[in-house]
Amino acid sequence: MANRISAGEMEYAGILAKLSLTPEEQKEAGKDLEQMLNYIDKLNELNTEDIEPMFHVFPVCNVFRNDEARPYEGGRNKILENAPEKREGRFVVPKTVE
Amino acid sequence: MKLTDLTAVELGRKIKKGEATAVEAVEAVLAEIKEKEESLHAYITIEAEKAVEKAKAVQKRIEKGELLHPLAGVPMAVKDNLCTEGIRTTCGSRMLEGFVPGYSAEAVRRLEAAGAVMLGKTNMDEFAMGSTTETSAFGATKNPRNTEYVPGGSSGGSCAAVAAKECFFALGSDTGGSIRQPSAYCGVTGFKPTYGTVSRYGLIAYGSSLEQIGPIGKDVRDCSVILETISGYDEKDSTSIKREDTDFSTVLTKDAKGLRIGIPRNYFSEGLDDEVGEAVLDGARFLKEQGAVLEEFDLGLTEYAIPAYYVIASAEASSNLGRFDGVKYGYRAMEYEGLHNMYKKSRSQGFGKEVKRRILLGSFVLSAGYYEAYYLKALKTKALIKREFDRAFERYDMILSPVAPATAPRLGESLKEPLKMYLSDVYTVSVNLAGLPGLSLPWGQDKKGLPIGVQLIGNAFGEKKLLQAAYALEQGLSICTKSSAEMGLR
Repeated sequence: MANRISAGEMEYAGILAKLSLTPEEQKEAGKDLEQMLNYIDKLNELNTEDIEPMFHVFPVCNVFRNDEARPYEGGRNKILENAPEKREGRFVVPKTVE
Repeated sequence: MKLTDLTAVELGRKIKKGEATAVEAVEAVLAEIKEKEESLHAYITIEAEKAVEKAKAVQKRIEKGELLHPLAGVPMAVKDNLCTEGIRTTCGSRMLEGFVPGYSAEAVRRLEAAGAVMLGKTNMDEFAMGSTTETSAFGATKNPRNTEYVPGGSSGGSCAAVAAKECFFALGSDTGGSIRQPSAYCGVTGFKPTYGTVSRYGLIAYGSSLEQIGPIGKDVRDCSVILETISGYDEKDSTSIKREDTDFSTVLTKDAKGLRIGIPRNYFSEGLDDEVGEAVLDGARFLKEQGAVLEEFDLGLTEYAIPAYYVIASAEASSNLGRFDGVKYGYRAMEYEGLHNMYKKSRSQGFGKEVKRRILLGSFVLSAGYYEAYYLKALKTKALIKREFDRAFERYDMILSPVAPATAPRLGESLKEPLKMYLSDVYTVSVNLAGLPGLSLPWGQDKKGLPIGVQLIGNAFGEKKLLQAAYALEQGLSICTKSSAEMGLR
């Protein structure tokens, strides 16, 4: 099946993935994606009509703990150590609201 | 006999008796690293000085009688997707090239509390996405058996380091075979436990519903002791399971009598290399001689495991890797216009090709209009595959199979055809989909001199029986055509 993914769909996937691809990369990624999807289509051979999707193999669900603050021992500065840009104990990002 | 010829447990015993020290052990391993690392590149980061300091401190506590654990003083290596406090953790990616975690993964913390001494962080496929360790942003690792071949992946650095005696044991992670397959390629023993047995706290997530941390060691006993140390409930991982039966090192008897072992007939059909197939059947014969009951059977739906796996793993990856946005940690692009452009540029420059490929696939299968057709379909397939295994384990204690369809490929061969690389996971991924324990044990080698691995797959929580069978099988290594001793493992 050729060209099953349009350039528009590829661009949309790129937006969801938060990736900016050059037109060339986009073309190549589209080809790879198509090849994978053709392979994945094999799953359509299976009848899964009354089957519940299995998100987790064991029935462990609703694992909650009390909503209590637990201070991180390393402190604020240690968390900020890995920040690409920081100022006055905070992460710096480009302006988010115009 | 060199110190580095010992297994982890043998070394621990020697240190306890005062016949060797933790510092000597670290120095012996550093000597191996000095000799071999340039040609192998098993490590991304080596912390030689820190390791010597830690070994000194551990040795004092051993002498005072404060540390009694079998692994006290034993040098280990850790896959670079496990966070280590104060030590760079890259996940094999430019994205995290300078990332120094503020805390350690629970599995690492438990081993260090037991007195194991970490030497450094091992190479891996970028974000564990790959089967050869060639997608690492820091260059490929070579197979210690033959440096023209890949070590497998994604835990290729950990397996190569153990095989080359550049550590006594290592931690790896297994999302679709990433412990078992490189263990087979390098001729070491690797164990992926039942989902939920080892806390994933501090493991940089790829496919959360599939992956487990596990041991890579020189033999079955080492793996059982390491697994026992890192297992156990942890409230910091919401998928952690409360189980009491984690005293895995207590079950090692050479007795395979009465164990019911199924051999999936369809695993031995098309696509399996003859030499690998013969080796696995040779292992089966040995277990039969030890009193195990072997039977061939049909394990259904095996051809659907890989497509289901790639949908689920990529979907989870696209979500898990959303956190890499260039804000709190990791790479940030130098030039950008506005917030969203910063996200996009940072991610596009920070991630490698294979990672981007899987994030795109994952985003696509989760997107509106495709979610049901791809993602839910894969999860339903997963339920059916689990059912096939449940049916098999009604009749058998475990399943014996190959680990991979062939021995290690040459460097550079796999990346040209990603789909072909994905297919090499055919015998391992279904184990992750069903959450089962799986162990890879070396069993001979092919004509090229490359190791062959056999896989034992257990029922959920069936680690003890699995270890018992593996231990029995391991006894046959000395008589199997090309033993690991001949290959220079021990």
